[in-house]
Amino acid sequence: MSGGKHTLWEVMREKGYSRRDFMQFCSFAAAAAGLGPNASAAVAKAFEKKARPPVIWLHFQECTCCSESFIRASHPIVADVLLDAISLDYTETLQAAAGHQAEKCKSDTLKAYAGKYILLVEGSVPTKADGVYCTIGGRTAEDILQEAAAGAAAIVAWGNCASYGCVQNAKPNPTGATPIHELISKPVINVPGCPPIADVMVGVVTHILMFGRIPDLDDQGRPKEFYSRRVHDTCYRRPNYDAGLFVETFDDDNARKGFCLYKMGCRGPVTYNACSVTKWNQGTSYPIQSGHGCIGCSENKFWDNGPFYRHLPSFPGFGIESTADSVGVTLGAVAAVGVAAHAISTNIRKRKLIHDQVAEDVKNTPENEKVDR
Amino acid sequence: MPSPHVYRRIYVWELPVRAFHWINALAIATLGVTGLIIGKPFSVSYAQEASFQYWFGTVRFIHFTAGYVFLFNMLVRVYWGFAGNQYARWSTFIPTTKAAFQEIVEVLKIDILQVSVKGRIHIGHNRLAGLIYFITTFIFFFQALTGFALYGPTSHSILGKLAAWVVPLMGSEAVVRQWHHAMLWFYVLFVMVHVYLVFYHDYVEGRGTTSSMVGGWKFEREDQLDH
Ligand code: SF4
Ligand code: SF4
Repeated sequence: MSGGKHTLWEVMREKGYSRRDFMQFCSFAAAAAGLGPNASAAVAKAFEKKARPPVIWLHFQECTCCSESFIRASHPIVADVLLDAISLDYTETLQAAAGHQAEKCKSDTLKAYAGKYILLVEGSVPTKADGVYCTIGGRTAEDILQEAAAGAAAIVAWGNCASYGCVQNAKPNPTGATPIHELISKPVINVPGCPPIADVMVGVVTHILMFGRIPDLDDQGRPKEFYSRRVHDTCYRRPNYDAGLFVETFDDDNARKGFCLYKMGCRGPVTYNACSVTKWNQGTSYPIQSGHGCIGCSENKFWDNGPFYRHLPSFPGFGIESTADSVGVTLGAVAAVGVAAHAISTNIRKRKLIHDQVAEDVKNTPENEKVDR
Repeated sequence: MPSPHVYRRIYVWELPVRAFHWINALAIATLGVTGLIIGKPFSVSYAQEASFQYWFGTVRFIHFTAGYVFLFNMLVRVYWGFAGNQYARWSTFIPTTKAAFQEIVEVLKIDILQVSVKGRIHIGHNRLAGLIYFITTFIFFFQALTGFALYGPTSHSILGKLAAWVVPLMGSEAVVRQWHHAMLWFYVLFVMVHVYLVFYHDYVEGRGTTSSMVGGWKFEREDQLDH
Protein backbone atom coordinates (compact mmCIF):
# COMPACT_ATOMS: atom_id res chain seq x y z
CA MET A 1 0.00 0.00 0.00
CA SER A 2 1.42 3.36 -0.88
CA GLY A 3 0.25 6.46 0.86
CA GLY A 4 -0.29 10.03 -0.06
CA LYS A 5 -2.17 9.46 -3.30
CA HIS A 6 -5.72 9.08 -2.16
CA THR A 7 -7.92 11.00 0.16
CA LEU A 8 -9.53 9.30 3.09
CA TRP A 9 -12.92 9.50 1.41
CA GLU A 10 -11.63 7.77 -1.69
CA VAL A 11 -10.19 4.96 0.35
CA MET A 12 -13.40 4.50 2.28
CA ARG A 13 -15.41 4.40 -0.91
CA GLU A 14 -13.08 1.81 -2.35
CA LYS A 15 -13.58 -0.29 0.75
CA GLY A 16 -17.33 -0.15 0.27
CA TYR A 17 -18.31 2.37 2.93
CA SER A 18 -21.30 4.58 2.18
CA ARG A 19 -21.36 8.37 2.27
CA ARG A 20 -23.39 8.04 5.45
CA ASP A 21 -20.65 5.94 7.09
CA PHE A 22 -18.15 8.54 6.02
CA MET A 23 -20.16 11.40 7.53
CA GLN A 24 -20.61 9.40 10.72
CA PHE A 25 -16.91 8.84 10.87
CA CYS A 26 -16.29 12.57 10.33
CA SER A 27 -18.50 13.61 13.21
CA PHE A 28 -16.83 11.01 15.43
CA ALA A 29 -13.42 12.25 14.37
CA ALA A 30 -14.48 15.83 15.09
CA ALA A 31 -15.66 14.84 18.54
CA ALA A 32 -12.53 12.78 19.21
CA ALA A 33 -10.37 15.75 18.35
CA GLY A 34 -12.36 17.88 20.74
CA LEU A 35 -14.31 19.88 18.16
CA GLY A 36 -18.00 20.73 18.34
CA PRO A 37 -20.74 19.18 16.23
CA ASN A 38 -20.58 22.06 13.75
CA ALA A 39 -17.07 21.08 12.85
CA SER A 40 -17.94 17.81 11.16
CA ALA A 41 -18.60 19.53 7.83
CA ALA A 42 -15.12 21.02 7.90
CA VAL A 43 -13.72 17.64 8.87
CA ALA A 44 -15.53 15.97 5.96
CA LYS A 45 -14.11 18.55 3.62
CA ALA A 46 -10.60 17.94 4.87
CA PHE A 47 -10.93 14.18 4.50
CA GLU A 48 -12.37 14.57 1.03
CA LYS A 49 -9.71 16.90 -0.30
CA LYS A 50 -6.49 16.28 1.55
CA ALA A 51 -4.30 13.40 0.50
CA ARG A 52 -3.65 11.08 3.39
CA PRO A 53 -0.13 11.26 4.70
CA PRO A 54 1.61 7.92 5.00
CA VAL A 55 2.13 6.59 8.50
CA ILE A 56 5.04 4.64 9.89
CA TRP A 57 4.35 2.81 13.15
CA LEU A 58 7.50 1.59 14.87
CA HIS A 59 7.62 -1.02 17.61
CA PHE A 60 10.47 -1.16 20.10
CA GLN A 61 10.51 -2.30 23.74
CA GLU A 62 6.78 -2.78 24.25
CA CYS A 63 4.00 -5.32 24.68
CA THR A 64 1.78 -4.12 21.81
CA CYS A 65 -0.96 -3.11 24.23
CA CYS A 66 -1.07 0.30 22.53
CA SER A 67 -1.85 -1.32 19.19
CA GLU A 68 -4.37 -3.57 20.91
CA SER A 69 -6.02 -0.57 22.47
CA PHE A 70 -6.04 1.39 19.22
CA ILE A 71 -7.99 -1.22 17.27
CA ARG A 72 -10.71 -1.09 19.94
CA ALA A 73 -11.71 2.51 19.36
CA SER A 74 -15.35 3.38 19.99
CA HIS A 75 -16.32 3.76 16.39
CA PRO A 76 -15.93 0.53 14.39
CA ILE A 77 -14.89 2.39 11.27
CA VAL A 78 -12.15 4.22 13.07
CA ALA A 79 -9.79 1.32 13.49
CA ASP A 80 -10.52 0.06 10.03
CA VAL A 81 -10.10 3.42 8.38
CA LEU A 82 -7.20 4.67 10.39
CA LEU A 83 -5.22 1.47 10.64
CA ASP A 84 -5.93 0.15 7.21
CA ALA A 85 -6.66 3.19 5.20
CA ILE A 86 -4.54 5.96 6.60
CA SER A 87 -1.91 4.14 4.71
CA LEU A 88 0.07 2.41 7.33
CA ASP A 89 3.19 1.82 5.36
CA TYR A 90 5.04 0.01 8.05
CA THR A 91 4.03 -1.66 11.27
CA GLU A 92 5.58 -4.93 12.30
CA THR A 93 2.44 -6.26 13.93
CA LEU A 94 -0.07 -5.69 11.18
CA GLN A 95 1.72 -5.35 7.87
CA ALA A 96 1.38 -8.06 5.26
CA ALA A 97 4.95 -7.74 4.07
CA ALA A 98 7.82 -9.38 5.93
CA GLY A 99 11.59 -9.44 5.96
CA HIS A 100 13.43 -7.48 3.28
CA GLN A 101 10.19 -6.60 1.59
CA ALA A 102 8.90 -4.85 4.68
CA GLU A 103 12.13 -2.99 5.28
CA LYS A 104 12.19 -1.86 1.66
CA CYS A 105 8.62 -0.66 1.88
CA LYS A 106 9.63 1.47 4.86
CA SER A 107 12.74 2.93 3.32
CA ASP A 108 10.80 3.76 0.15
CA THR A 109 8.26 5.70 2.18
CA LEU A 110 10.97 7.45 4.18
CA LYS A 111 12.54 8.64 0.93
CA ALA A 112 9.48 9.38 -1.17
CA TYR A 113 7.57 11.19 1.56
CA ALA A 114 10.40 12.86 3.43
CA GLY A 115 8.96 15.67 5.53
CA LYS A 116 5.39 14.41 5.00
CA TYR A 117 4.85 11.15 6.83
CA ILE A 118 3.61 10.72 10.38
CA LEU A 119 5.74 8.69 12.72
CA LEU A 120 4.04 6.74 15.48
CA VAL A 121 6.35 5.07 17.99
CA GLU A 122 5.35 2.34 20.40
CA GLY A 123 7.88 1.27 23.02
CA SER A 124 11.01 2.66 24.58
CA VAL A 125 14.51 2.54 23.18
CA PRO A 126 17.30 0.74 25.08
CA THR A 127 20.53 2.67 25.17
CA LYS A 128 22.75 0.46 27.35
CA ALA A 129 25.26 -1.95 25.78
CA ASP A 130 25.09 -0.07 22.46
CA GLY A 131 21.39 -0.81 22.17
CA VAL A 132 21.69 -4.59 21.71
CA TYR A 133 18.58 -5.18 23.82
CA CYS A 134 16.31 -4.28 20.91
CA THR A 135 17.33 -4.73 17.30
CA ILE A 136 15.23 -5.19 14.19
CA GLY A 137 16.66 -6.38 10.89
CA GLY A 138 20.14 -6.14 12.42
CA ARG A 139 19.80 -2.47 13.36
CA THR A 140 19.36 -1.01 16.82
CA ALA A 141 16.12 0.60 17.85
CA GLU A 142 17.83 3.95 18.27
CA ASP A 143 19.30 3.81 14.78
CA ILE A 144 15.90 2.99 13.26
CA LEU A 145 14.22 5.70 15.31
CA GLN A 146 16.70 8.40 14.35
CA GLU A 147 16.42 7.57 10.68
CA ALA A 148 12.62 7.61 10.73
CA ALA A 149 12.41 10.71 12.92
CA ALA A 150 14.62 12.79 10.64
CA GLY A 151 11.98 13.24 7.93
CA ALA A 152 8.82 12.94 9.99
CA ALA A 153 6.18 15.69 9.82
CA ALA A 154 4.90 14.72 13.26
CA ILE A 155 6.08 12.23 15.86
CA VAL A 156 3.75 10.55 18.32
CA ALA A 157 5.01 8.53 21.29
CA TRP A 158 2.36 5.94 22.11
CA GLY A 159 1.88 4.85 25.66
CA ASN A 160 3.93 5.11 28.81
CA CYS A 161 6.84 3.17 27.21
CA ALA A 162 7.51 5.68 24.47
CA SER A 163 6.53 8.67 26.62
CA TYR A 164 8.29 7.82 29.91
CA GLY A 165 9.85 4.37 29.61
CA CYS A 166 7.22 2.46 31.60
CA VAL A 167 8.20 -0.80 33.33
CA GLN A 168 11.41 -1.26 31.35
CA ASN A 169 12.56 2.07 32.71
CA ALA A 170 11.65 1.23 36.34
CA LYS A 171 14.57 0.94 38.75
CA PRO A 172 17.17 -0.39 38.07
CA ASN A 173 16.40 -0.03 34.35
CA PRO A 174 18.78 -2.79 33.19
CA THR A 175 18.54 -2.04 29.47
CA GLY A 176 18.72 1.74 29.77
CA ALA A 177 15.18 2.04 28.39
CA THR A 178 14.74 5.63 27.26
CA PRO A 179 11.64 7.58 26.29
CA ILE A 180 11.48 8.84 22.71
CA HIS A 181 11.51 12.55 23.49
CA GLU A 182 14.84 12.22 25.25
CA LEU A 183 16.45 10.94 22.06
CA ILE A 184 14.90 13.28 19.52
CA SER A 185 15.29 17.01 19.33
CA LYS A 186 12.00 17.55 17.45
CA PRO A 187 8.73 18.02 19.34
CA VAL A 188 7.22 14.69 20.31
CA ILE A 189 3.56 14.22 21.17
CA ASN A 190 3.44 12.09 24.30
CA VAL A 191 0.30 10.00 24.62
CA PRO A 192 0.96 8.18 27.90
CA GLY A 193 -1.08 5.39 29.41
CA CYS A 194 -0.60 1.66 29.73
CA PRO A 195 -2.12 1.48 27.23
CA PRO A 196 -3.43 4.89 26.20
CA ILE A 197 -7.20 5.06 25.73
CA ALA A 198 -8.15 4.08 22.17
CA ASP A 199 -10.34 7.13 21.65
CA VAL A 200 -7.57 9.40 22.85
CA MET A 201 -5.17 7.81 20.35
CA VAL A 202 -7.69 8.26 17.59
CA GLY A 203 -8.27 11.84 18.67
CA VAL A 204 -4.58 12.63 18.42
CA VAL A 205 -4.12 11.04 15.02
CA THR A 206 -7.29 12.65 13.72
CA HIS A 207 -6.12 16.03 14.90
CA ILE A 208 -2.90 15.70 12.96
CA LEU A 209 -4.67 14.45 9.83
CA MET A 210 -7.32 17.15 9.98
CA PHE A 211 -5.26 20.20 10.78
CA GLY A 212 -1.96 19.07 9.41
CA ARG A 213 -0.26 20.13 12.64
CA ILE A 214 0.28 18.82 16.12
CA PRO A 215 -2.25 19.53 18.87
CA ASP A 216 -1.60 21.92 21.78
CA LEU A 217 0.80 20.29 24.19
CA ASP A 218 1.42 20.83 27.88
CA ASP A 219 4.86 21.14 29.46
CA GLN A 220 5.29 17.36 29.41
CA GLY A 221 4.44 17.12 25.72
CA ARG A 222 0.95 15.70 26.28
CA PRO A 223 -2.02 16.91 24.22
CA LYS A 224 -3.87 19.34 26.48
CA GLU A 225 -7.28 18.25 25.31
CA PHE A 226 -6.85 14.81 26.89
CA TYR A 227 -4.30 15.22 29.64
CA SER A 228 -5.04 18.53 31.31
CA ARG A 229 -7.17 17.06 34.06
CA ARG A 230 -6.56 14.48 36.69
CA VAL A 231 -8.58 11.27 36.79
CA HIS A 232 -9.64 12.49 40.23
CA ASP A 233 -11.09 15.79 38.91
CA THR A 234 -13.79 14.09 36.91
CA CYS A 235 -14.12 10.88 38.93
CA TYR A 236 -17.72 10.09 39.76
CA ARG A 237 -16.61 8.98 43.25
CA ARG A 238 -15.21 12.41 43.98
CA PRO A 239 -18.12 13.51 46.19
CA ASN A 240 -17.24 10.61 48.48
CA TYR A 241 -13.66 11.81 48.63
CA ASP A 242 -14.69 15.30 49.73
CA ALA A 243 -17.16 13.81 52.17
CA GLY A 244 -14.43 11.63 53.66
CA LEU A 245 -16.27 8.44 52.79
CA PHE A 246 -13.60 5.89 52.01
CA VAL A 247 -13.39 2.23 51.17
CA GLU A 248 -11.31 0.66 53.96
CA THR A 249 -10.94 -2.85 52.51
CA PHE A 250 -11.96 -4.17 49.13
CA ASP A 251 -14.75 -6.31 50.56
CA ASP A 252 -16.30 -3.94 53.07
CA ASP A 253 -19.69 -2.31 53.02
CA ASN A 254 -18.15 0.97 51.86
CA ALA A 255 -16.81 -0.77 48.77
CA ARG A 256 -20.29 -2.00 48.00
CA LYS A 257 -21.62 1.51 48.40
CA GLY A 258 -19.06 2.78 45.94
CA PHE A 259 -17.13 5.09 48.25
CA CYS A 260 -13.85 6.70 47.26
CA LEU A 261 -10.84 4.39 46.74
CA TYR A 262 -8.24 6.88 48.01
CA LYS A 263 -7.26 4.72 50.97
CA MET A 264 -6.97 1.67 48.72
CA GLY A 265 -4.08 3.43 46.98
CA CYS A 266 -6.01 5.18 44.22
CA ARG A 267 -3.60 7.37 42.21
CA GLY A 268 -6.40 9.38 40.64
CA PRO A 269 -5.38 12.55 42.52
CA VAL A 270 -1.93 12.54 40.91
CA THR A 271 -2.75 11.08 37.50
CA TYR A 272 -3.45 13.02 34.33
CA ASN A 273 -5.64 11.07 31.95
CA ALA A 274 -9.09 11.10 30.40
CA CYS A 275 -10.28 7.77 31.87
CA SER A 276 -13.12 9.12 33.95
CA VAL A 277 -14.44 11.09 30.95
CA THR A 278 -14.00 8.87 27.88
CA LYS A 279 -13.79 5.58 29.81
CA TRP A 280 -12.63 2.38 28.17
CA ASN A 281 -13.93 -0.19 25.70
CA GLN A 282 -16.46 1.97 23.93
CA GLY A 283 -17.28 3.90 27.06
CA THR A 284 -18.17 0.80 29.06
CA SER A 285 -16.30 1.45 32.28
CA TYR A 286 -12.94 2.36 33.74
CA PRO A 287 -10.96 0.89 36.61
CA ILE A 288 -12.48 3.03 39.36
CA GLN A 289 -15.99 2.31 38.13
CA SER A 290 -15.15 -1.38 38.48
CA GLY A 291 -14.07 -0.87 42.09
CA HIS A 292 -10.30 -0.75 41.65
CA GLY A 293 -8.17 2.32 42.29
CA CYS A 294 -6.22 4.05 39.55
CA ILE A 295 -2.59 2.88 39.42
CA GLY A 296 -1.42 6.01 37.65
CA CYS A 297 -0.51 4.23 34.42
CA SER A 298 -0.17 7.48 32.46
CA GLU A 299 2.33 8.99 34.88
CA ASN A 300 6.08 9.17 34.68
CA LYS A 301 7.77 6.42 36.77
CA PHE A 302 4.50 5.02 38.03
CA TRP A 303 6.12 1.62 38.62
CA ASP A 304 8.56 3.18 41.05
CA ASN A 305 5.84 4.79 43.14
CA GLY A 306 4.30 1.57 44.39
CA PRO A 307 2.86 -0.42 45.99
CA PHE A 308 -0.35 0.24 44.10
CA TYR A 309 -2.63 -0.65 46.98
CA ARG A 310 -1.25 1.79 49.47
CA HIS A 311 -1.65 5.49 49.22
CA LEU A 312 1.77 6.40 50.52
CA PRO A 313 4.54 4.92 48.45
CA SER A 314 7.39 3.03 50.07
CA PHE A 315 10.12 5.34 51.16
CA PRO A 316 13.25 4.96 49.05
CA GLY A 317 16.08 3.24 50.86
CA PHE A 318 14.08 2.06 53.85
CA GLY A 319 12.65 -1.21 52.58
CA ILE A 320 9.40 -2.17 50.93
CA GLU A 321 7.13 -1.74 53.91
CA SER A 322 8.39 1.61 55.16
CA THR A 323 6.39 4.66 54.30
CA ALA A 324 7.41 8.21 55.08
CA ASP A 325 5.15 7.88 58.11
CA SER A 326 6.80 4.82 59.59
CA VAL A 327 10.23 6.40 59.11
CA GLY A 328 8.89 9.63 60.62
CA VAL A 329 7.46 7.94 63.70
CA THR A 330 10.76 6.15 64.31
CA LEU A 331 12.73 9.38 64.00
CA GLY A 332 10.22 11.08 66.29
CA ALA A 333 10.76 8.40 68.93
CA VAL A 334 14.53 8.75 68.57
CA ALA A 335 14.22 12.52 68.98
CA ALA A 336 12.05 12.09 72.08
CA VAL A 337 14.59 9.76 73.66
CA GLY A 338 17.40 12.12 72.71
CA VAL A 339 15.61 15.09 74.23
CA ALA A 340 14.90 13.20 77.45
CA ALA A 341 18.51 12.03 77.70
CA HIS A 342 19.72 15.56 77.14
CA ALA A 343 17.42 16.90 79.85
CA ILE A 344 18.75 14.38 82.34
CA SER A 345 22.36 15.02 81.48
CA THR A 346 21.76 18.77 81.73
CA ASN A 347 20.59 18.39 85.28
CA ILE A 348 23.64 16.38 86.15
CA ARG A 349 26.40 18.18 84.28
CA LYS A 350 25.12 21.69 84.71
CA ARG A 351 24.06 21.25 88.31
CA LYS A 352 26.51 23.81 89.59
CA LEU A 353 25.50 26.41 87.02
CA ILE A 354 21.83 25.95 87.75
CA HIS A 355 22.56 26.03 91.46
CA ASP A 356 24.52 29.27 91.14
CA GLN A 357 21.71 30.79 89.17
CA VAL A 358 19.18 29.91 91.80
CA ALA A 359 21.54 31.31 94.38
CA GLU A 360 21.45 34.62 92.57
CA ASP A 361 17.91 35.08 93.68
CA VAL A 362 17.86 38.34 95.65
CA LYS A 363 16.39 36.79 98.73
CA ASN A 364 19.15 34.24 98.96
CA THR A 365 22.08 36.60 98.91
CA PRO A 366 23.67 37.84 102.10
CA GLU A 367 23.86 41.51 101.07
CA ASN A 368 20.25 41.54 100.22
CA GLU A 369 19.28 40.03 103.47
CA LYS A 370 20.36 43.28 105.08
CA VAL A 371 18.21 45.47 102.92
CA ASP A 372 15.40 43.05 102.74
CA ARG A 373 12.30 44.50 104.30
CA MET B 1 27.35 32.36 98.12
CA PRO B 2 28.02 34.04 94.78
CA SER B 3 27.19 37.69 94.61
CA PRO B 4 24.16 38.59 92.51
CA HIS B 5 24.75 39.89 89.03
CA VAL B 6 23.16 43.00 87.66
CA TYR B 7 21.03 42.21 84.66
CA ARG B 8 19.97 44.52 81.87
CA ARG B 9 16.82 44.30 79.83
CA ILE B 10 17.39 44.08 76.09
CA TYR B 11 14.64 44.44 73.52
CA VAL B 12 15.60 41.55 71.25
CA TRP B 13 12.53 40.43 69.35
CA GLU B 14 10.66 43.25 67.65
CA LEU B 15 6.94 42.99 67.11
CA PRO B 16 7.12 41.71 63.49
CA VAL B 17 9.51 38.97 64.59
CA ARG B 18 7.22 37.89 67.42
CA ALA B 19 4.17 38.06 65.20
CA PHE B 20 5.97 36.01 62.55
CA HIS B 21 6.93 33.42 65.10
CA TRP B 22 3.46 32.81 66.44
CA ILE B 23 1.66 33.00 63.11
CA ASN B 24 4.24 30.56 61.81
CA ALA B 25 3.76 28.25 64.77
CA LEU B 26 0.02 28.29 64.30
CA ALA B 27 0.29 27.74 60.54
CA ILE B 28 2.72 24.86 60.96
CA ALA B 29 0.60 23.20 63.61
CA THR B 30 -2.47 23.53 61.39
CA LEU B 31 -0.64 22.36 58.29
CA GLY B 32 0.92 19.45 60.13
CA VAL B 33 -2.29 18.14 61.64
CA THR B 34 -4.37 18.62 58.47
CA GLY B 35 -1.50 17.25 56.40
CA LEU B 36 -1.38 14.06 58.41
CA ILE B 37 -5.13 13.68 58.03
CA ILE B 38 -4.96 14.23 54.28
CA GLY B 39 -2.18 11.65 54.05
CA LYS B 40 -4.12 9.12 56.08
CA PRO B 41 -7.77 10.08 56.54
CA PHE B 42 -9.66 8.41 59.36
CA SER B 43 -13.21 7.24 58.94
CA VAL B 44 -15.85 9.72 59.94
CA SER B 45 -19.19 8.97 58.42
CA TYR B 46 -21.94 10.82 60.14
CA ALA B 47 -24.02 10.68 57.00
CA GLN B 48 -24.86 7.87 54.68
CA GLU B 49 -24.65 9.91 51.53
CA ALA B 50 -21.78 12.00 50.26
CA SER B 51 -24.01 14.99 49.64
CA PHE B 52 -24.59 15.41 53.38
CA GLN B 53 -21.02 15.67 54.55
CA TYR B 54 -17.89 17.44 53.46
CA TRP B 55 -15.37 17.05 56.27
CA PHE B 56 -12.46 15.89 54.14
CA GLY B 57 -13.01 18.79 51.76
CA THR B 58 -12.98 21.12 54.76
CA VAL B 59 -9.74 19.66 56.08
CA ARG B 60 -8.16 20.23 52.68
CA PHE B 61 -9.53 23.76 52.57
CA ILE B 62 -7.97 24.53 55.95
CA HIS B 63 -4.68 23.04 54.80
CA PHE B 64 -4.62 25.21 51.67
CA THR B 65 -5.57 28.35 53.55
CA ALA B 66 -2.92 27.72 56.18
CA GLY B 67 -0.48 27.17 53.31
CA TYR B 68 -1.11 30.69 52.05
CA VAL B 69 -0.70 32.12 55.55
CA PHE B 70 2.51 30.15 56.01
CA LEU B 71 4.02 31.37 52.74
CA PHE B 72 3.15 35.05 53.01
CA ASN B 73 4.16 35.17 56.66
CA MET B 74 7.47 33.69 55.61
CA LEU B 75 7.93 36.28 52.89
CA VAL B 76 7.31 39.11 55.34
CA ARG B 77 9.96 37.61 57.61
CA VAL B 78 12.42 37.43 54.70
CA TYR B 79 11.85 41.14 54.16
CA TRP B 80 12.26 41.84 57.88
CA GLY B 81 15.64 40.13 57.65
CA PHE B 82 16.72 43.24 55.75
CA ALA B 83 14.75 45.84 57.68
CA GLY B 84 14.74 44.63 61.27
CA ASN B 85 17.13 45.14 64.16
CA GLN B 86 20.47 43.40 64.55
CA TYR B 87 18.85 40.29 66.03
CA ALA B 88 16.43 39.91 63.13
CA ARG B 89 18.85 40.45 60.28
CA TRP B 90 20.08 37.80 57.92
CA SER B 91 23.60 38.47 59.13
CA THR B 92 22.78 36.68 62.39
CA PHE B 93 21.63 33.64 60.44
CA ILE B 94 24.46 33.29 57.96
CA PRO B 95 27.84 32.75 59.58
CA THR B 96 30.47 34.67 57.65
CA THR B 97 33.02 35.73 60.23
CA LYS B 98 35.57 33.66 62.07
CA ALA B 99 33.95 34.67 65.33
CA ALA B 100 30.64 33.28 64.13
CA PHE B 101 32.12 29.87 63.42
CA GLN B 102 33.90 29.98 66.75
CA GLU B 103 30.60 30.60 68.46
CA ILE B 104 29.03 27.64 66.67
CA VAL B 105 31.77 25.40 68.05
CA GLU B 106 31.29 26.89 71.50
CA VAL B 107 27.54 26.36 71.46
CA LEU B 108 28.14 22.75 70.52
CA LYS B 109 30.54 22.43 73.45
CA ILE B 110 28.16 24.02 75.92
CA ASP B 111 24.92 22.42 74.87
CA ILE B 112 25.89 19.06 73.44
CA LEU B 113 29.14 18.14 75.23
CA GLN B 114 27.94 20.21 78.18
CA VAL B 115 31.24 21.63 79.21
CA SER B 116 31.81 25.26 80.13
CA VAL B 117 33.57 27.69 77.81
CA LYS B 118 34.69 31.27 78.15
CA GLY B 119 33.28 32.80 74.97
CA ARG B 120 30.20 34.95 74.91
CA ILE B 121 27.07 33.58 73.29
CA HIS B 122 24.77 35.89 71.34
CA ILE B 123 21.78 37.20 73.17
CA GLY B 124 19.65 36.89 70.03
CA HIS B 125 19.80 33.58 68.18
CA ASN B 126 23.03 31.91 69.05
CA ARG B 127 25.09 31.34 65.94
CA LEU B 128 24.27 27.66 65.70
CA ALA B 129 20.56 28.24 66.10
CA GLY B 130 20.78 31.01 63.49
CA LEU B 131 22.45 28.69 61.01
CA ILE B 132 19.86 25.99 61.63
CA TYR B 133 17.04 28.48 61.09
CA PHE B 134 18.72 29.58 57.89
CA ILE B 135 18.76 26.00 56.60
CA THR B 136 15.19 25.57 57.82
CA THR B 137 14.17 28.51 55.66
CA PHE B 138 15.05 26.47 52.60
CA ILE B 139 13.01 23.54 53.86
CA PHE B 140 10.13 25.95 54.52
CA PHE B 141 10.30 27.13 50.94
CA PHE B 142 10.67 23.59 49.64
CA GLN B 143 7.48 22.72 51.45
CA ALA B 144 5.69 25.80 50.13
CA LEU B 145 6.90 25.11 46.60
CA THR B 146 5.92 21.44 46.52
CA GLY B 147 2.65 22.28 48.25
CA PHE B 148 1.67 24.90 45.71
CA ALA B 149 2.83 22.68 42.85
CA LEU B 150 0.35 20.05 44.05
CA TYR B 151 -2.32 22.63 44.76
CA GLY B 152 -1.94 24.40 41.39
CA PRO B 153 -3.87 22.01 39.13
CA THR B 154 -6.88 22.13 41.43
CA SER B 155 -7.18 25.90 41.42
CA HIS B 156 -6.69 29.06 39.42
CA SER B 157 -4.04 30.19 41.87
CA ILE B 158 -1.19 32.12 40.30
CA LEU B 159 1.11 30.68 42.94
CA GLY B 160 0.17 27.20 41.75
CA LYS B 161 1.13 28.12 38.20
CA LEU B 162 4.37 29.67 39.38
CA ALA B 163 5.28 26.39 41.09
CA ALA B 164 4.18 24.14 38.21
CA TRP B 165 7.76 23.54 37.04
CA VAL B 166 8.45 21.51 40.16
CA VAL B 167 6.40 18.54 38.90
CA PRO B 168 8.38 17.73 35.74
CA LEU B 169 11.59 18.47 37.64
CA MET B 170 10.83 15.88 40.31
CA GLY B 171 9.32 13.38 37.87
CA SER B 172 5.63 13.26 38.65
CA GLU B 173 3.03 14.49 41.09
CA ALA B 174 3.24 11.21 42.97
CA VAL B 175 6.90 11.95 43.72
CA VAL B 176 6.20 15.56 44.71
CA ARG B 177 3.45 14.33 47.00
CA GLN B 178 5.76 11.75 48.55
CA TRP B 179 8.40 14.36 49.42
CA HIS B 180 5.88 16.94 50.54
CA HIS B 181 4.51 14.33 52.90
CA ALA B 182 7.92 13.11 54.10
CA MET B 183 8.95 16.67 54.94
CA LEU B 184 6.01 16.90 57.30
CA TRP B 185 8.07 14.74 59.62
CA PHE B 186 10.87 17.23 59.52
CA TYR B 187 8.50 19.69 61.17
CA VAL B 188 7.47 17.19 63.81
CA LEU B 189 11.11 16.61 64.75
CA PHE B 190 11.93 20.29 64.47
CA VAL B 191 9.12 21.32 66.79
CA MET B 192 10.07 18.68 69.37
CA VAL B 193 13.70 19.75 69.55
CA HIS B 194 12.92 23.45 69.16
CA VAL B 195 10.42 23.59 72.01
CA TYR B 196 12.70 21.53 74.23
CA LEU B 197 15.62 23.86 73.58
CA VAL B 198 13.59 26.93 74.50
CA PHE B 199 12.86 25.47 77.90
CA TYR B 200 16.38 24.15 78.23
CA HIS B 201 17.95 27.54 77.57
CA ASP B 202 15.58 29.30 79.89
CA TYR B 203 16.26 26.75 82.61
CA VAL B 204 20.03 26.76 82.30
CA GLU B 205 20.71 30.38 81.44
CA GLY B 206 17.87 32.18 83.18
CA ARG B 207 17.76 34.89 80.55
CA GLY B 208 14.02 34.87 80.02
CA THR B 209 14.04 33.00 76.71
CA THR B 210 10.48 31.76 77.03
CA SER B 211 8.84 35.03 77.94
CA SER B 212 10.90 36.90 75.34
CA MET B 213 8.85 35.17 72.64
CA VAL B 214 5.87 37.12 73.86
CA GLY B 215 7.27 40.39 75.19
CA GLY B 216 10.45 40.64 73.18
CA TRP B 217 12.72 41.30 76.21
CA LYS B 218 15.67 39.21 77.18
CA PHE B 219 18.01 39.70 80.12
CA GLU B 220 21.75 39.82 80.03
CA ARG B 221 24.31 40.18 82.78
CA GLU B 222 25.73 43.64 82.74
CA ASP B 223 29.33 42.35 82.85
CA GLN B 224 28.66 40.37 79.68
CA LEU B 225 27.14 43.17 77.65
CA ASP B 226 29.16 44.46 74.78
CA HIS B 227 29.00 48.21 74.64
S1 SF4 C 1 -11.67 6.96 43.65
FE1 SF4 C 1 -9.65 7.84 43.22
S2 SF4 C 1 -9.95 9.27 41.54
FE2 SF4 C 1 -11.98 8.80 42.40
S3 SF4 C 1 -12.32 10.40 43.94
FE3 SF4 C 1 -11.41 8.70 45.01
S4 SF4 C 1 -9.20 9.16 44.98
FE4 SF4 C 1 -10.17 10.45 43.41
S1 SF4 D 1 -7.66 4.81 35.81
FE1 SF4 D 1 -5.51 5.31 36.09
S2 SF4 D 1 -4.40 3.37 35.96
FE2 SF4 D 1 -6.44 3.05 35.13
S3 SF4 D 1 -6.19 3.32 32.97
FE3 SF4 D 1 -6.82 5.30 33.80
S4 SF4 D 1 -4.86 6.36 34.24
FE4 SF4 D 1 -4.38 4.22 33.91
